[in-house]
Amino acid sequence: MKVSLSILLFFLCLSSSVRTQAQYYDTPKEHDCLKCHSQQTYSFHNELMGTDDKKLMNPYYIIDTLGLREGVHKQFDCTDCHSYDYTTYPHNANLKLEPLATCLDCHGGDESFASYQFDKIQEEFQKSVHYQAYGDNFTCAKCHSQHTYTATARNSNSILEIVDYSNKMCLSCHNDMRRYGLVSGQENPALIDVHSWLPNQELHFKHVRCIECHTAVEDDLMVSHNIRAKEEAVRRCAECHSENSLLKASLYKYQNLQERAEDGSIIGVLSNENYVIGSHQIPILRTISLLIFFAALGGIIIHGIFRIIYKK
Amino acid sequence: MNSTEDKIYFYPVWLRIWHGINALGIILLIVTGITMNSGFEKGLIEFGLNMKLHNFAGAIVSLNYLVFLLGNLVTSNKKFYIVKPRNFLKRPMKQAYYYAWGMFHGMQTPYPLSEKRKFNPLQKYAYIMVMYFAVPLVIVSGIGLMFPELIFNQVYDISGVLITAVTHSAMGFFISIFLIIHLYVASIGKSPLDNFRSIVNGWHHITKK
Ligand code: HEC
Ligand code: HEC
Ligand code: HEC
Ligand code: HEC
Ligand code: HEC
Ligand code: HEC
Ligand code: HEC
Ligand code: HEM
Repeated sequence: MKVSLSILLFFLCLSSSVRTQAQYYDTPKEHDCLKCHSQQTYSFHNELMGTDDKKLMNPYYIIDTLGLREGVHKQFDCTDCHSYDYTTYPHNANLKLEPLATCLDCHGGDESFASYQFDKIQEEFQKSVHYQAYGDNFTCAKCHSQHTYTATARNSNSILEIVDYSNKMCLSCHNDMRRYGLVSGQENPALIDVHSWLPNQELHFKHVRCIECHTAVEDDLMVSHNIRAKEEAVRRCAECHSENSLLKASLYKYQNLQERAEDGSIIGVLSNENYVIGSHQIPILRTISLLIFFAALGGIIIHGIFRIIYKK
Repeated sequence: MNSTEDKIYFYPVWLRIWHGINALGIILLIVTGITMNSGFEKGLIEFGLNMKLHNFAGAIVSLNYLVFLLGNLVTSNKKFYIVKPRNFLKRPMKQAYYYAWGMFHGMQTPYPLSEKRKFNPLQKYAYIMVMYFAVPLVIVSGIGLMFPELIFNQVYDISGVLITAVTHSAMGFFISIFLIIHLYVASIGKSPLDNFRSIVNGWHHITKK
């Protein structure tokens, strides 16, 4: 009897220790919240009528469980952020009033996340059009789902994936009437029309991030957060196309660090294929260098002719 | 030409080895550098390979530059790179005048070469500028581009990466112009190819009066 009890205890400990370090979300159907919040429909026991009711779930409250399991906050359970009272359904109406922690509440000034520079991001974000227009109503969470966010640009090594992930963050709102309306109360301008001057839009949106054109680049930030007014957006094709500037300065730093992380050997460092625009980006320098070049060439040719004439 | 001819051993082996590697390396750097800066996508060779060549050549030329520094430090070759403040501007002007006018009008070279004088003043200044200003800058900025986390982030409103990139290409350009002139001026000698033979075999012809 005692033996079986201690075995039971042992397994309890084991399962609880596994539970703390691993997934709450592995089996959504059995999870306290996800059994409803990952499904199209949910059922609950109607205590008043004594029936089992089944209803449609609000699609905006359905949480992507794959994303959850990969997200940076995967080791949190729902109730670490949301009130424990949510475990009962119908949810208490007052729970709507519950304040939720923002990124900065947890990450602000925390040394262990210093490399992400949360405070600097916050500062930059507050200069952006979004914050200027809507203030604190435009939270970080409008772009970054606390449920599913992953630091893709930092950890992925595929530019296409980085671009896709980042652009979806903008499109989730700019291409979604309801979410857009939720913040602004206006209709969202169709991005296709807004960018009609850009040929091959689809290809561009696959290869360049919205922020490449719409932010002021901050070298020391991996992802620049200052989205500027449309008048200041990059529209000159030459900024990307004139030269082989495959990547703009911001992404350049990134890719370079990235590749180093994968292969830190000398050969690895030397083999990186990243490139940043040089002086020809500055038209005046280009003109000056052409002048110098032709002056030198001209001088040599004239001198050479004299040497031939004088047989020197 | 009725002057007697003589030879001096100007270029010791280490210097010739340095110079050979340097010349080949820098030519490769210039070619790959220009390719990178021009045409979108389709250059002579594939873009990525071009970048790699540039990076490797850059590393070799940088290491080789240490040979030049060290060589000059321990041998007496350094004395040819010392500039005297007296007539700081007059001397190269005189040499320039010779190149532009005098040599076509029977003037004798104002600074004949000897054991004590390997370079004429213009040559000396050019070599100093390129070896102690342009090449070090291009190496430092090149290292900066390879390890962008070392770069200061911003100067006023301008991105540090951009400043570094511009410095790198500007100095690269300067070295290219130096090379063109260097090659041309080296062809002024006993015969157009004579100086090129010297930098290979070490012996330089000088004219003695
Ligand atoms: C029986 C199904 C069910 C379960 C279990 C459930 N929810 Fe809900 N939840 C809903 C539905 C339906 C809504 C939509 C609003 C409503 O009907 O109250 C909702 C709304 C919410 C909201 C949005 C509240 C608002 O209006 O702003 C949050 C947050 C939430 N649930 C969290 C949780 C958490 C956390 C858990 C687990 C501890 C959980 N829910 C468990 C069905 C459920
Ligand atoms: C790291 C903290 C955190 C965790 C863990 C977390 N949430 Fe949330 N959740 C939030 C925040 C913050 C919001 C508000 C988002 C906003 O303001 O747009 C939110 C909003 C919601 C909403 C409302 C959706 C909406 O768009 O307003 C639901 C439903 C929800 N969470 C359910 C869950 C469930 C279920 C879990 C567990 C699987 C969970 N949350 C885990 C932080 C968290
Ligand atoms: C309730 C507190 C809390 C909130 C709110 C919160 N985080 Fe976190 N976050 C954490 C903790 C704790 C970790 C560490 C998780 C770990 O070590 O696995 C973390 C991890 C991260 C990481 C990964 C760090 C790493 O190097 O692994 C990123 C990125 C991140 N959070 C971004 C955000 C963003 C963006 C927001 C706002 C949308 C946010 N967090 C909101 C607590 C929070
Ligand atoms: C307008 C949308 C938007 C808003 C608002 C926003 N971000 Fe971001 N953020 C992004 C995008 C896009 C990325 C790049 C996504 C990726 O990691 O690939 C990003 C990346 C990040 C990263 C990861 C950077 C890295 O070094 O890997 C952090 C941390 C972050 N944001 C924090 C915040 C905080 C804190 C706020 C609020 C003060 C905020 N963000 C507001 C769009 C936004
Ligand atoms: C090639 C550069 C470029 C890219 C990439 C780009 N934009 Fe733009 N965008 C612009 C320019 C330039 C304007 C200003 C257009 C005008 O005023 O006619 C603009 C305008 C806008 C506007 C203002 C609409 C209005 O009239 O109010 C929004 C919103 C916008 N872009 C969002 C996005 C989003 C989201 C993405 C990513 C999917 C994106 N942009 C990608 C250059 C770009
Ligand atoms: C939650 C919704 C939401 C998200 C996410 C979002 N935006 Fe916006 N954005 C808006 C709204 C609303 C406006 C209109 C602001 C105004 O009224 O001036 C706007 C305006 C803009 C403008 C135009 C500013 C102008 O001058 O008219 C640009 C550019 C823009 N957003 C780019 C982006 C980019 C890039 C991202 C992704 C990194 C992004 N937005 C993410 C809601 C969003
Ligand atoms: C933010 C940088 C950026 C800007 C600004 C930009 N482009 Fe592009 N463009 C790209 C990238 C990246 C690609 C994808 C190249 C690839 O991988 O094929 C591309 C592709 C293209 C292509 C397709 C080339 C092909 O191989 O099919 C055309 C055409 C093009 N751009 C024209 C333009 C024009 C015209 C403008 C100005 C109105 C412009 N682009 C502005 C970055 C940019
Ligand atoms: C194919 C390319 C090159 C050729 C053919 C070449 C040729 C020569 C010749 C002939 C000399 C002897 C000087 C003279 O008598 O005038 C010389 C010396 C020199 N060259 Fe070059 N050169 C080349 C590239 C370079 C490059 C790229 C650099 C530097 C960036 C360079 C730097 C020097 C220096 C510093 C000396 C003097 C060395 C000394 O004696 O201390 N050369 N070169």
